[in-house]
Amino acid sequence: MASLTIRNLQKRYEEVEVMRDINLDIADGEFVVFVGPSGCGKSTLLRMIAGLEDISAGELRIGDQRMNEVPASKRGIAMVFQSYALYPHMTLYDNMAFGLKLAGKSKAEIDAAVMRAAKILHIDHLLDRKPKQLSGGQRQRVAIGRAITREPHVFLFDEPLSNLDAALRVKMRLEFAKLHDDLKTTMIYVTHDQVEAMTLADKIVVLSAGRIEQVGSPHTLYHHPANRFVAGFIGSPKMNFLAGTVQGFDGDFVQVQLDNGGIQSVAVERGALKAGERVTLGIRPEHLHVVHGSQIIPATVTAQESLGDHAYVYADCPAAPDGLILRVPEEEQYRPGTALQLGADPQRCHLFDASGQALARVKVLQAA
Amino acid sequence: MTQQTIILPTPATPIAPPAPGRKFSPAKLLLTPSVAMLGLWMIVPLVMTLYFSVIRYNLLSPDQTGFVGLDNYRYLLEDPAFWPSIGHTLVLIVSVLLISVVGGTLMAVLFDQKFPGRGIARLFVIAPFFVMPTVGALIWKNMILHPVYGLWSHLFRLVGLEPIDWLADYPLWSIIVMVAWQWTPFAFLILLTSLQSLDQEQREAAQLDGAGPVRIFIHITLPHLKRAIAVVVMIESIFLLSIFAEIFTATAGGPGTETTNLPYLVYSIGLQQFDIGIASAGGVIAVILANIVSIFLVRMLAKNLRGEYDQ
Repeated sequence: MASLTIRNLQKRYEEVEVMRDINLDIADGEFVVFVGPSGCGKSTLLRMIAGLEDISAGELRIGDQRMNEVPASKRGIAMVFQSYALYPHMTLYDNMAFGLKLAGKSKAEIDAAVMRAAKILHIDHLLDRKPKQLSGGQRQRVAIGRAITREPHVFLFDEPLSNLDAALRVKMRLEFAKLHDDLKTTMIYVTHDQVEAMTLADKIVVLSAGRIEQVGSPHTLYHHPANRFVAGFIGSPKMNFLAGTVQGFDGDFVQVQLDNGGIQSVAVERGALKAGERVTLGIRPEHLHVVHGSQIIPATVTAQESLGDHAYVYADCPAAPDGLILRVPEEEQYRPGTALQLGADPQRCHLFDASGQALARVKVLQAA
Repeated sequence: MTQQTIILPTPATPIAPPAPGRKFSPAKLLLTPSVAMLGLWMIVPLVMTLYFSVIRYNLLSPDQTGFVGLDNYRYLLEDPAFWPSIGHTLVLIVSVLLISVVGGTLMAVLFDQKFPGRGIARLFVIAPFFVMPTVGALIWKNMILHPVYGLWSHLFRLVGLEPIDWLADYPLWSIIVMVAWQWTPFAFLILLTSLQSLDQEQREAAQLDGAGPVRIFIHITLPHLKRAIAVVVMIESIFLLSIFAEIFTATAGGPGTETTNLPYLVYSIGLQQFDIGIASAGGVIAVILANIVSIFLVRMLAKNLRGEYDQ
């Protein structure tokens, strides 16, 4: 059991700086997910914590001990690799016992540790098999079992589910949550799948281009993204972004004039915002609706995708370079070419200033 | 060649399914040319060798012919050079295998590390394999092991030691060194490619499990190389059974018969003593020896290859 502190961490390869200003506090027993697009540095950060990559600058502490110079095997961590990295010539038992054998533990101790891990993961009947004889999900369990036998202070998972098929991924995802409930150990989990991040994490760390964009609970990241990147990255389908200018202020609302003439009011704090400033309006697909009235966003339907219980309508809008997506009930059908009038609840909208930073959303008590 | 018209079945006419049982099958017919070729190349020389080995056939007395039963085999087994030549053959194979596999493995691990100029360095390591055996043997004989002009004698004199006449004093060992020099690059090449297919994450996992470089080598790298090592052992054994050029060039089987292996003995009886009959008997024994070795090897390999990599 241990907390983890990262201060001003930096990673350089030769002269190229790939990660900078990484500051992060992870509490004891927390389940933290690093998420971000490919190449954002999430795996590099994990490998630095594991001790497989050198730390160029800054400090890593596990518990109250500085870990920068401590070799990987002495950091009290265990890692589950994307490829599982099982030893193909050893039985499952030997795979799980390898670390303990090297540590010079007695046979009884090893036996107890392996059996305990195997029981937790329901693989105790497979211990004399070799990795090749197992399915992907079972191999995954062995890899986790190998980590558990080491009784680490911190578990590290590097995209552990990306090699499994969709159904198994959902099942293993639940088992990860259960495992964390059982073991109550600090866990750090790297993934590019935001569903895994949203469902598993106590705390999500969104990374982009070697920097931390935002740290927070899944709820915070979804409802109060700190900037345009996080808003666009979290949520599927993506948030809609519309370009516009600030037209004026009306009490708690900011009136935004969109580039194609539409108007939408947004419930956010004014801050330093001035009329005439360029802004980006963000609306999630499930909050964008077909409306009638004065404040509307005009758009043209291009396609509709039905998903059974609901459907997504894709629409063109000159103010939204990436197009618009809105979620509609399954029964509603829109033909391509149909002109739509769209709008959203001002309290469900996000507003980003010219530099991409979000303006804090406010809750407005509306008089009926 | 006459022009042939090939009639392709039109899509409308379905192709007849292969006839079941022992009925005539066109596929088997099409196989016959290659099978016949193989048969000719393998069976005819073998049958002729067997035939020569049971008749009196000496080029110095061509008038004496006729069936002699197993006399040629008896003469061969009574030849004082025969049993030593079998011994030399086996010592040569085992020593060269040991040197090339151990050396090749260590070099493969070494040259798998990243360092500047690695590509060039690897090329140099592989180079001996591309040198013709006769040329290699001449280089070793005249430029390295020679008691007067050789590199070793030079080094020995440099530190005030009496130079050693390697080919006279340690003839078999000299041949072993020459052959190992040729075959270690082969082992290196196969083992290096195998090493490159080792999953990097496995090494990292072992590192996290607390294994140092030596333990990673023993517990992760070596088991991974097992299969490639088995392949190297099999291929090298087959080629090392018939080592001839190095012996012919460097020692001519001598001094005495100290470096005479079975192929060289067959050559010596057939083309120096002109007794084709006894030489053929030697050839048959060589075939039997090769089969014994390969049966053991195939057994060992089959067991090995059936290991953990199969389902």
